[in-house]
Amino acid sequence: MVVSVAATGSETAETLHATFFSSRYVRDPLPRFRMPEQSIPREAAYQIINDELMLDGNPRLNLASFVTTWMEPECDKLIVDSINKNYVDMDEYPVTTELQNRCVNMIAHLFNAPIKEDETAIGVGTVGSSEAIMLAGLAFKRKWQNKRKQQGKPCDKPNIVTGANVQVCWEKFARYFEVELKEVKLSEGYYVMDPVKAVELVDENTICVAAILGSTLTGEFEDVKLLNDLLVEKNRETGWDVPIHVDAASGGFIAPFLYPELEWDFRLPLVKSINVSGHKYGLVYPGVGWVIWRSKEDLPEELIFHINYLGTDQPTFTLNFSKGSSQIIAQYYQLIRLGFEGYKSIMENCMENTAILRQGIEATGRFEILSKEAGVPLVAFSLKDSGRYSVFDISENLRRFGWIVPAYTMPANAEHVAVLRVVIREDFSRTLAERLISDIVKILHELDTRAAQVLKISSAVAKQSAEDGIVTKKSVLETEGEIFAYWRSQVKKKQTGVC
Amino acid sequence: MVLSKAVSETDMSVHSTFASRYVRSSLPRYRMPENSIPKEAAYQIINDELMLDGNPRLNLASFVTTWMEPECDKLIMAAINKNYVDMDEYPVTTELQNRCVNMIAHLFHAPLGESETAVGVGTVGSSEAIMLAGLAFKRRWQNKRRAEGKPFDKPNIITGANVQVCWEKFAKYFEVELKEVKLRDGYYVMDPEKAVDMVDENTICVAAILGSTLNGEFEDVKLLNDLLEKKNSETGWETPIHVDAASGGFIAPFLYPELEWDFRLPWVKSINVSGHKYGLVYAGIGWCIWRNKEDLPEELIFHINYLGADQPTFTLNFSKGSSQVIAQYYQLIRHGFEGYRNIMENCHENAMVLKEGLEKTGRFSIVSKDEGVPLVAFSLKDRSRHDEFEISDMLRRFGWIVPAYTMPPDAQHVTVLRVVIREEFSRTLAERLVLDIEKVMYQLDALPSKLMPPTLPAPLLAATKIAVKRTELETQRSVTEAWKKFVLAKRTNGVC
Repeated sequence: MVVSVAATGSETAETLHATFFSSRYVRDPLPRFRMPEQSIPREAAYQIINDELMLDGNPRLNLASFVTTWMEPECDKLIVDSINKNYVDMDEYPVTTELQNRCVNMIAHLFNAPIKEDETAIGVGTVGSSEAIMLAGLAFKRKWQNKRKQQGKPCDKPNIVTGANVQVCWEKFARYFEVELKEVKLSEGYYVMDPVKAVELVDENTICVAAILGSTLTGEFEDVKLLNDLLVEKNRETGWDVPIHVDAASGGFIAPFLYPELEWDFRLPLVKSINVSGHKYGLVYPGVGWVIWRSKEDLPEELIFHINYLGTDQPTFTLNFSKGSSQIIAQYYQLIRLGFEGYKSIMENCMENTAILRQGIEATGRFEILSKEAGVPLVAFSLKDSGRYSVFDISENLRRFGWIVPAYTMPANAEHVAVLRVVIREDFSRTLAERLISDIVKILHELDTRAAQVLKISSAVAKQSAEDGIVTKKSVLETEGEIFAYWRSQVKKKQTGVC
Repeated sequence: MVLSKAVSETDMSVHSTFASRYVRSSLPRYRMPENSIPKEAAYQIINDELMLDGNPRLNLASFVTTWMEPECDKLIMAAINKNYVDMDEYPVTTELQNRCVNMIAHLFHAPLGESETAVGVGTVGSSEAIMLAGLAFKRRWQNKRRAEGKPFDKPNIITGANVQVCWEKFAKYFEVELKEVKLRDGYYVMDPEKAVDMVDENTICVAAILGSTLNGEFEDVKLLNDLLEKKNSETGWETPIHVDAASGGFIAPFLYPELEWDFRLPWVKSINVSGHKYGLVYAGIGWCIWRNKEDLPEELIFHINYLGADQPTFTLNFSKGSSQVIAQYYQLIRHGFEGYRNIMENCHENAMVLKEGLEKTGRFSIVSKDEGVPLVAFSLKDRSRHDEFEISDMLRRFGWIVPAYTMPPDAQHVTVLRVVIREEFSRTLAERLVLDIEKVMYQLDALPSKLMPPTLPAPLLAATKIAVKRTELETQRSVTEAWKKFVLAKRTNGVC
């Protein structure tokens, strides 16, 4: 006879029929800094985390970022299916490894790498452009050191020349790998690296000059061809052989489709490596980047680790080891799903919508457009008159409507210029562009009204006290002005590390 | 009147993928195709080719998690489009990372005051974590030497030869000399005494491993600490310890809480652990924790201001997905201490079942210890006729992926098969694996050995000058010779 133990009523209710919101898990505080002693049911864990995450921003309304926020459901399915594949297990997942190799080759050909018909391209998939840039920089540093050692010259003070508009990962590379960063300062109206000034900064310790295709701040493409030509000249005079690296994190998946005549890639002889973010206009979720080298000679053999798999040699050169395979597979999906024509259509749509947004902002008459029409599809704009309120106010107010639009000050020497920047991604439709414009107009109206009211009140106060001959307390406007100025200086300090 | 166009080419979207032309055309492999294809076709083509990858859950080579609860999968997919580095836009996700860092720091007994926040960071894996930790040690040592007016151009780091490849990467990429303590037969981890012997004034740190890749053993960090304490007091060099707890960091606190290996030892200054190993999260997350602020030089930290508060960051990667951080937090609060302990105990149990099953066959000697990471490393007692690589190859036919490796110097003559027991490796699977290994042994016994002598000594054969067809055995032998070369060439370093 089986004896069943009667469970106490309350316990049964708790475990069998309780919904999450009727259970005690909703009342108990979760430890924040120590692991809890006990387990909790999976549904409770899911609900708790899901609910708290509701307070994060909506990724698709995050207009600050270039990074992809939408992919087709078919691709989502592929991503879920491969989420438990560790990319580095090349032996166990040979097809995934081959997909990576195919992507490298496709991208290398997109960049006109000088590879023969049956030759494989030299390149690697990374977690993002940061890792890609560090690998490229490491290759340059090692090549330069080897050359200097051969020449019997000192190799302890390598430097790299970039514009001050460079993304923070170059500063990281410089700091972590002990290379000096020589920055070409910007100037008002010229927000990218000036090739002439850059080449002037080059010396015998320069391991490379880094040009950006798609500057973070204004989306502009730097003139890589001019840089190449000037550098060829300088190399000839000095015999230093300084190469170029193109940081095409954003521009690498735009230029080949929208501006195929623009020479910025391996068509220029001094360009030795290029990085591109798969997760920006490569149209993949965050977590994949690519770096391509011109040829074997540009990647010193001693940096490469050889793993033998399936009897063939798989050379690897990455900083990360274990990582997910999903984004690599997603990148391959996009490359074959869209093909050349698909990417071109998407980039053209982005540029169209950018033009719509730009025209709408210009039409308000209150803004100055800093971004160029050719380049990465984004609109960077500043206030013509920042006397009563600034772009930071507009940015904060846009949050109330759900939009995340960042405001930045430019780097040296243009720190007095503050801009708002909207990035147009694949999933930013015309409807959204028009809505954004109307919301900006609403905010301008609100801010104007508020500023006018404050002026009225304070002038009334000032008038009154002048008539009474009373020593007035500081006027409302003055106090507000002080608070505003203080706040503004706090906020302005905030904005370094533009991403 | 609406004119309907006659569709001469039947609408592509109506065709099922396998009825369409997409399964007949060859996809370019090296160049982007000119035209787009329907999304269903793209999905099907890729999905089908991927069927030929190994099954992740049968991949017994890897420590990395291959299964999570469906609720967690849901959270992962919902966060797949969140760029982790956008701290300003996703403050809750950032806070979840901070909570994980604190929970793990407390797990490792970091000496924190009640309201103090831990010093640590989430990374893409232990490789990034180790590079950050190494960078911190290197910079600290350089600053110290500079202050003393001594040369700082030849830093070195001491590890065992059993160290994982990412330490070699760190050494190579960051220009630090790697001084390896050689192993020996029967002793497959770093010997603390030999390690401390090798310490000199240029040593930036000694790295101990909690959970050696090859046999799962925990190195004796306490002994290392005590010996180093003595040496430091004699020399004044202050050489610190880093513990690479990639596998062991989420095992020792639950199975061996009395074992002193973490910040309880004063010379341990930083620890890394893989969230994606026994942290029970999918590939793509690791953690590095420093003892306190002093151990992480300020100049390496980049400051990003968000929400008016300072968020210091120290990572090599910038943009990356948020899913794994959220998944790690899910696991920490879902399981809690008790849940992790139960899972590790189950893993250990199943490892014992596997070990005993293998011992019973009488053909294998067990190289792994009972204590440590739940894995079973075993080698053949008799390697005269067949070796471990052949067993590994034959197990693939049954669907199992069980790798075979040779030990690093000075124990290269020892070859092992290694099975890692992960959370989802049940007893049923353990028993099945033993059965399949027995089947493989039976089949191998029936196969001729590649080491058997030929029927006639070669000179005699030549002397007869008769054009005989090569005997069947000789043909088979030359085939296996060629195959053996192929297989043996496969196995160089890079044990993962």
